[in-house]
Amino acid sequence: MGQPDVIIIGAGPAGVRAAEALVGAGLRPTIIDEGRRAGGQIYRRQPENFRRPYGELYGTEAGRAKALHDGFDALAGRVDYRPETLVWNIADRHVWTAAGGRQQALPFDALLLCTGATDRLMPVKGWDLAGTYSLGGAQVALKAQACAIGRRVAFVGTGPLLYLVAAQYVKAGAGVAAVLDTSPFAARVAALPKLLAQPGVLRDGVALTLALKRAGVALHAGVEPLEVLGDADAGVTGLRFRDGRGRERAIGADAVALGYHLRPETQLADLARCAFAFEPKTRQWLPERDGDGRSSVPGVYLAGDGARILGARSAEATGRLAALAVLADLGLPVDAGELADLRRQVAGYARFAEGLAEAFPWPAAQAGKLPDETVLCRCENVTAGDLRRTVREAGAKEANRAKAFSRVGMGRCQGRYCGQAAAEVVAAEAGVPVEQVGRLRGQAPVKPLPIAIEEDAP
Amino acid sequence: MSGHQPPSDVLVIGGGLMGTSAALFLRQRGVSVTLLESDLVGRQASGTNFGNVRRQGRPIGQLPLANRAIEIWRNANALLGSDVEYLQSGHIRVCYRERPEMADKMEAYAAEARHAGLELELLSGNALRARFPFLGPEVMAGSYSALDGHANPRLVAPAFARAAIRAGAVVHENTKVTAAAKVGDDFEVATADGRTFRATVLLVTAGAWGPLLSAQFGEPVPLVARGPNMSVTEPVPYAIAPAVGVMTPVEEETVYFRQVARGNIVLGGSTRGPAYPDLVRSYVLPQNTLSQLRQLRRLAPALGKLNIIRVWSGIEGYLPDSLPVMGPSARVSGLYYAFGFSGSGFQIGPGVGATMAELIATGSTAIPIDAYRVDRFPAAA
Amino acid sequence: MQGRFVRLAETGRAQVTIHVDGAPVTALEGDTLMVAILASGRHLRRSEFGDGPRAGFCLMGACQDCWVWTEAGDRLRACTTQPAEGMRISTSQPGATWASLT
Repeated sequence: MGQPDVIIIGAGPAGVRAAEALVGAGLRPTIIDEGRRAGGQIYRRQPENFRRPYGELYGTEAGRAKALHDGFDALAGRVDYRPETLVWNIADRHVWTAAGGRQQALPFDALLLCTGATDRLMPVKGWDLAGTYSLGGAQVALKAQACAIGRRVAFVGTGPLLYLVAAQYVKAGAGVAAVLDTSPFAARVAALPKLLAQPGVLRDGVALTLALKRAGVALHAGVEPLEVLGDADAGVTGLRFRDGRGRERAIGADAVALGYHLRPETQLADLARCAFAFEPKTRQWLPERDGDGRSSVPGVYLAGDGARILGARSAEATGRLAALAVLADLGLPVDAGELADLRRQVAGYARFAEGLAEAFPWPAAQAGKLPDETVLCRCENVTAGDLRRTVREAGAKEANRAKAFSRVGMGRCQGRYCGQAAAEVVAAEAGVPVEQVGRLRGQAPVKPLPIAIEEDAP
Repeated sequence: MSGHQPPSDVLVIGGGLMGTSAALFLRQRGVSVTLLESDLVGRQASGTNFGNVRRQGRPIGQLPLANRAIEIWRNANALLGSDVEYLQSGHIRVCYRERPEMADKMEAYAAEARHAGLELELLSGNALRARFPFLGPEVMAGSYSALDGHANPRLVAPAFARAAIRAGAVVHENTKVTAAAKVGDDFEVATADGRTFRATVLLVTAGAWGPLLSAQFGEPVPLVARGPNMSVTEPVPYAIAPAVGVMTPVEEETVYFRQVARGNIVLGGSTRGPAYPDLVRSYVLPQNTLSQLRQLRRLAPALGKLNIIRVWSGIEGYLPDSLPVMGPSARVSGLYYAFGFSGSGFQIGPGVGATMAELIATGSTAIPIDAYRVDRFPAAA
Repeated sequence: MQGRFVRLAETGRAQVTIHVDGAPVTALEGDTLMVAILASGRHLRRSEFGDGPRAGFCLMGACQDCWVWTEAGDRLRACTTQPAEGMRISTSQPGATWASLT
């Protein structure tokens, strides 16, 4: 018998550390990644001809970013690395890939899904105006392209990334209009005991806030975003919000970076037929996994933020842990001490992540308050009112039914950016718990697939 | 949630297009109706099919039923109080140069269909491409039906269910039937949640699950469950009015498409996928998506510039002769069936509902349905 | 008119000329097509459903909001495509000339 076929999808922190562990055990895994360069989103690499040093790009995380990139580079020749490659379906122990307009199916004995995360979004009236970007997108513009998304950028949403990206913008010389956090300051204080699970990270977070204040950036906590102001021609011109004291205010801005922490990219886990469960703390559906990353489907493993949002540091640990689970299931030796150490690390990250979820909660209640004319689904131009009407008049109280009737989540992004808010809108309108609304099922081809795709002759 | 439920004249099992439309038309005839649906109405074959509202290509003997249906489709929005995106925008069936015998069949079909009230226009060569410039060079001839068209399957059965409810029908979703039997003059149906429903007439419109019920009355049906192979593109400017399909004896070549008014192009056909009624699961196999795209490029090469953004399937029931089971039980009085529409029930659906309602309420119908007898299959060995 | 994006650093890269809606645009080597267009322009395309211009959203290939067209009618995802010398881009959807039905 030859070597087992092990495929890793995603070359971010989880995928790279998993690959290292597999290579260390003498295997030659295949790494499939949509990116042009390995590193994932948080440690995204700039193009080869850019010159900014690590410290400027990744701040306090420069050492980790460099270590990850160096770790990946050291794998050259010992892995089958396939960048700019989309996995568009999984069936019958094969992943179906598309790259450069060509299709190829690759067999696997073990599959590690390290698919990462995208921004979690709560719509706001006017977010369909040109100039509103996801918070992660605002960071990508800076990190990978040395650009700001506008001349006066308002950062709106919640979560640690909000402060990090705003601070990075200030440091890079971009104009920051304000940081508007929907979470009340008191929530952060209450979550302190859990946040102390990672005192270094907590300290870095506080330092970011102080840096923003020193730079004269207005910071507001406990806000309710009301409307992105502007018009079709100009795009974004400002933002209207209610501040923590209940006063309605408006600021000028030509761009908005919007993000409410992260949501895992779970479409491939769905296509691999993994079972999902609702996580009440974050009000998200996550693929089920055991402590080491085994999914409900034998041979399919989950690691990193694609399984559960625990952050980049944890992704390195869960990636390695899932790889050790693969090795153990293949009957290969695994160091019990390392296994125990990794599990302990992940438990610490999980406690910290729980603290973050409490400090920066998903503002579920805002969904119920969105004005009817708010565009909910940017792809299909479906408004909150359209969706509520299908709940009221057509009795759609389940996510996929609401999608079938209203088209919410039916567009090109497959509900990535509207799905969770749409579920909250349905729950609020129907008066049922959000877990009862369920979740949008992942559907192939995950991202658009060209009809002209070429196939190798069978 | 247990115990005996109020009895009704008719109990309908299965909330697809057949069951929900039968419920509405039964109410219009003053008959009391209760409908039981194991999941949500219209979620499988009725809701996931291509949406062809097409008479052409049906067996000639089915055209009276199809013509009855088309009258209902034309008034559907008014009847249902809801827009089901029905466009009577034409349907064209084409054949390839590689299979010239299909053109002869088309011609023979058109002559017969005219007598059954379906006008078809035969086109070939330059005339065909002048009218339908998106057709590829392999296309040899076509048959155009101006009065066929398409609608949005996701909306239709739920709209019938809501109309039936407004007309007085009782619809129970998430209600799974576990046993059905005739007790004295009545039917007694037990559900998984411990309830018992009674009625003097039982109508089984349970799609791929139909044989589970017919077997309980000693009438096995050799049904095979399959899943349609569906995809949809991003929206592009609206320019293709008719639904378009290929006439071919080869399953892989049977690709078809239609453009919805918002712009997306819906693709269907090529090889069907597996479906598992007991698990309520069906899958689009990636190789079937690829064969569909391959066949689409052959039919309409210009669509090669587009992308598919989503694929889906559902659970359909196929019978060996591709005809449904529709009509009274051969063994049990008061028992009726309408299931196993073999991937071509959408257009006739409202006609099936109207015909079953007529049959149940009056004891007869002028629509020929003898070909769909439940006892036409040789007994299983 | 000012571009939407602001270049903050890395401006010494080699230049690449592309055409957007017929007008020349100077991109820098290593840009994404999205950055190249928005460094001097205000949007990438218009929503199909009449709610105005769009300028992309996620910048990581997930939202599919940033599609533009080549003049030949092929689609490109601007945030994951690199501009190449001589590339000719259109920010409006080409008409469906292939299906000119009456």
